[in-house]
Amino acid sequence: MSGANELLEIKNLSTSFRIKDDFFPAVDDVSLTLKKNEILAIVGESGCGKSTLATSIVGLHNPNNTKVTGEINYKGKNLVTMTDEQFNNVRGADIGFIFQDPLSALNPLMKIEQQIEESLIYHTKLAKAERQARVLQLLEQVGIPNPPRVAQQFPHQLSGGMRQRVMIAIALACKPPIIIADEPTTALDVTIQAQILDLLKELQAETESGIILITHDLGVVAEVADRVAVMYAGQVIEEAPVVELFRNPKHPYTRSLLNSIPQMNSEGDKLNVIHGIVPSLKNLPRTGCRFSPRIPWIDRATHEDNPTLHEVAPDHFVRCTCWKTFHFEDEGGSVQ
Amino acid sequence: MWKTILRRFLVMIPQLFILSLIVFIMAKQMPGDPFTGLITPETDANRIAELREEAGLNDPIVVQYYNWISGVVQGDLGKSYTYKRSVSSIIGERAYNTFLLSLLSAILVYLIAIPLGVLAGRYQNSFLDKSIVLYSFLSYAIPTFVLSLIFLFLFGYQFEWFPTSGTVDVSLEPGTMDYYWSKFYHILLPSITFALLGTTSIIQYLRTEIIDASGQDYVKTARSKGIPMRKVYSRHIFRNSLLPIAAFFGFTITGLLGGSIFIETVFGYPGMGQLFVQSIQSRDYSVITALVMLFGFLTLLGSLLSDIIMSIVDPRIRID
Ligand SMILES: Nc1ncnc2c1ncn2[C@@H]1O[C@H](COP(=O)(O)OP(=O)(O)OP(=O)(O)O)[C@@H](O)[C@H]1O
Ligand code: SF4
Ligand SMILES: [Mg+2]
Repeated sequence: MSGANELLEIKNLSTSFRIKDDFFPAVDDVSLTLKKNEILAIVGESGCGKSTLATSIVGLHNPNNTKVTGEINYKGKNLVTMTDEQFNNVRGADIGFIFQDPLSALNPLMKIEQQIEESLIYHTKLAKAERQARVLQLLEQVGIPNPPRVAQQFPHQLSGGMRQRVMIAIALACKPPIIIADEPTTALDVTIQAQILDLLKELQAETESGIILITHDLGVVAEVADRVAVMYAGQVIEEAPVVELFRNPKHPYTRSLLNSIPQMNSEGDKLNVIHGIVPSLKNLPRTGCRFSPRIPWIDRATHEDNPTLHEVAPDHFVRCTCWKTFHFEDEGGSVQ
Repeated sequence: MWKTILRRFLVMIPQLFILSLIVFIMAKQMPGDPFTGLITPETDANRIAELREEAGLNDPIVVQYYNWISGVVQGDLGKSYTYKRSVSSIIGERAYNTFLLSLLSAILVYLIAIPLGVLAGRYQNSFLDKSIVLYSFLSYAIPTFVLSLIFLFLFGYQFEWFPTSGTVDVSLEPGTMDYYWSKFYHILLPSITFALLGTTSIIQYLRTEIIDASGQDYVKTARSKGIPMRKVYSRHIFRNSLLPIAAFFGFTITGLLGGSIFIETVFGYPGMGQLFVQSIQSRDYSVITALVMLFGFLTLLGSLLSDIIMSIVDPRIRID
């Protein structure tokens, strides 16, 4: 899995939070690779560890109550072992980050211009006037009308969609080869969501950057992603190119996720919902397959103890072997 | 903005009117009157009665109130029985003294409280933080007059580092450098005493704000830009945390006025606080009522000032 196209290699990454005196992994032994010029989507239910994974990549966890182990290799260096000062040279410059809620993610007291300009001050040698020109250019690039005016405004004066465009401009400021977007459209109206996704896709093609797009919306995945990793309880349980995953999902969890999207449902009228929720960090079964409690009707003997990822087709990995004996359709296509 | 300020001033009128009623009635309820103190076995009872009649103390209370309030509205606060001078001139010179004392106290409060609050918040749960929190609780628990007496005794009388009363060395020529230095020297100890005790709320508030702001999403955004941690603090966390403190400024005025009563009395400093205590002792109604009205007005002014400051420093708040 290495080549000239590789931008970022995540290897055996675990991120554990301290709860009382013990550490519990929210991201558990995740390995993923981001290539140049692609959008890698990470999907999964709320609480499965998507944001924890994303913030680990930019080193935003508080070392006092969080333990990050494994490797995040970028340009021959392991980000996990970097000091905060060293990491500052990577954040913003090489990795741009887009947060979910642009209202709380923008500083309410700073003008838009100052907020976009900030990373330019520390990562480039541009003079004040050049930075201001770059800010206007960025605002233009993310489709904001009347950039000179917006540059002088405060976040509360903009609409939700405009704020998210500003957020994207901040992430793009230093032309980073990698962009991480953590549910960039979840906080927005449906019509605005589509616009922001189109913008991200356009910008990706324009800049040839690699984007890690986090979402729990498979519709979004189908629309923009090149590759998909499905997460469950801190682990990647299936990973495949987008067409392959939608055509040929293997893991029962992936299948039930796909079945829960209305337009994917062949029957049209019946909606298959996934019952239950992701177990909390403390209550997660650490022995045996983490997913087995949610499909209790399957014969216990069928389950594996600790399934590992297997390549079932080119570039298609599944954390399960029992899918061969598992007849999803017979179970009514739903997971409880 | 000017419209709102004008409207707020208009709202103050009924507030001050109600205050004036309460103040007037309470002053009347106090036992004795200014002439009680003049009575000795030799005093002619008729003379006292005459004086009372002359001062209008025998008029119906409504008439007395009307006479007083119509004077107040025209800026005539009446005449002090003790000083035999107009109340405005007495308060005038005292107000200047209190203003100087309050100004220095306020500056010292902010000079002490802001760094301590910021440090406590930034290094939360550290030994430093715990010491600062302990100090802020202690300073809250110690009554002003107790610390004033201790400081006056130690630094005034024992070590003789500071003057023990007055506002200035009277032998000095007004207008000279030495004169101003002496004035400053006289308010230094009372101000320090006051400031040491007046920091609790600002420290606690600022500490909480810093801890709270540090966990905000916009701080994560700032971190994700890869700017140095010290810049994340100065540009994002501090600025946002100092905002509510700016609003405190107006209320600090109120706190200073309240505190000045003890401080000025203990340090023999002729300001409005000391005047207030003295006039209660001598039942000098016209001075008492005038001072309470003035304190009330300044309190209302302080809260208006807070709102105005808030609208200046926070772009989200507009008073228009
Ligand atoms: N700072 C923290 N301390 C302790 N536990 C945490 C912390 N942050 C997250 N968690 C836990 O880690 C797990 C993963 O959380 P995370 O936010 O990564 O999920 P997510 O997939 O991004 O969910 P969502 O779709 O709701 O954003 C959850 O069980 C969450 O409660
Ligand atoms: S082992 Fe069982 S529960 Fe686990 S993934 Fe395979 S089928 Fe699912
Ligand atoms: Mg999340």
